Amino acid sequence: MYQRKDLLGLKELTADEISLILDTAVPMKEIIQRDIKKVPTLRGKSMVTLFYEPSTRTKTSFEMAGKYLSADTSSLTVSASSVVKGESLIDTGRTIEVMGTNVIVIRHQAAGAPHLLAKNVKARVINAGDGMHEHPTQGLLDLFTMREKKGDLGNLTVAILGDIMHSRVARSNIWGLTKFGAKVHVVGPSTLIPKEIKQMGVKVFHSVEEAVKNVDVINVLRVQRERQKKGLIPSLKEYAKVFGLDKKRASLAKPDALIMHPGPMNRGVEIMPDVYECEQSVVDEQVTNGVAVRMAVLYLLMGGKGVYEATN
Amino acid sequence: MKNLVAKATIMDEEKIRRALVRIAHEIVEKNKGTDNLALIGIRRRGVPLAERLARIIKEIEGATLPVGILDITLYRDDLTTLAQQPEVHKTEVNFSVINKTIVLVDDVLYTGRTVRAALDAIIDLGRPKSIQLAILVDRGHRELPIRADYVGKNVPTSKREIIEVRLKEIDGKEEVVILETTE
Repeated sequence: MYQRKDLLGLKELTADEISLILDTAVPMKEIIQRDIKKVPTLRGKSMVTLFYEPSTRTKTSFEMAGKYLSADTSSLTVSASSVVKGESLIDTGRTIEVMGTNVIVIRHQAAGAPHLLAKNVKARVINAGDGMHEHPTQGLLDLFTMREKKGDLGNLTVAILGDIMHSRVARSNIWGLTKFGAKVHVVGPSTLIPKEIKQMGVKVFHSVEEAVKNVDVINVLRVQRERQKKGLIPSLKEYAKVFGLDKKRASLAKPDALIMHPGPMNRGVEIMPDVYECEQSVVDEQVTNGVAVRMAVLYLLMGGKGVYEATN
Repeated sequence: MKNLVAKATIMDEEKIRRALVRIAHEIVEKNKGTDNLALIGIRRRGVPLAERLARIIKEIEGATLPVGILDITLYRDDLTTLAQQPEVHKTEVNFSVINKTIVLVDDVLYTGRTVRAALDAIIDLGRPKSIQLAILVDRGHRELPIRADYVGKNVPTSKREIIEVRLKEIDGKEEVVILETTE
């Protein structure tokens, strides 16, 4: 069972804990596919999304997940809140908590912000992306998608392609995959691959062709235009030419390899439309699985009294 | 420290088989055939029982009834008071329940709370014409106004006792036993 108060990253989770979340997401996915997408499980529980950075899918996905489980969900729009008046993260968190909130879902531009919040509130905290650190539910939904399509994660070789340095998605994927014994290749412009990444147990490549050869999964990362002001890549056009995933490059992977992308996509930059539209692409399904995985996380944190509440 | 002591075996393989054969006949008789009928077993031990009932009905009527699997975890009324979140498993009802006569199957009927949860779970899948309840052992002590339409065996029990149904598919043996908790 899940004994932690929060979900802050995949780094600290064991393979068994990750498996429990993925196993719980299987029945959750069935609920999403029903005509009546609602179960009463989290009736009377409440969840607030607190996003300091923009998001479409993660925020909506959490809100839908909460609603399908009958939790009450609200979202705090940071740009229209007291944060602009200078209220601190902890004060904002405490304010939300004393309104009776059971779970706070936070996205923040600073790595570690969810951890700081988690230490200072009794409510459970879910990290929905912190700086360049982790994005655990994205990592979980990627793992769920790979496991659902390909089976045992330990047998897989996964290539992660793109801006590794700025990517919390890459980090959460790497933490998760390596715990199951999967082989992970990372590839991208050398300016966007941090040296320390090797210590996470991955193989670094600088040629897309070599990195994707015979892999089971290609996970393409978004070029984060908002984080590209430092001139780390010459131009988007050149990036597309050297690192963009086109049909020819994709064909070097196993014939039935999965093509994944966490979204939002820069079509024609990191991924070409013919690859995005191809049969191997599971980009849309990742979004559906994201709701299922978040339902699982909400259930495990809010369903039952939980060891945390029982002992505190 | 609580101990469990086996008191008696109340059904053996043959008794379980006869009870299921009788229930299968009763289901067909009460519904005047098998039209529009479907079976749904409650996880875990209701599932093999529902499958067996479907097999017996096929033998006596020649009709193959759809069998679904219901996991009621998400519908439990004690989720907020349990110390541990129970594991959730998949509900697999691969047919439409709308306008069907559903026979809900479980091993033991006790407080009625599982059945209450199951009724909600089924109705969330659609609006059946009716829902009937088939139970291998009814041990009494209802806490909700629920009763079974088909009962394998009525067993008066005390609340200190526990009824365990063991089935080949899950437990490797076939019996119903009464256990008693002692301090």
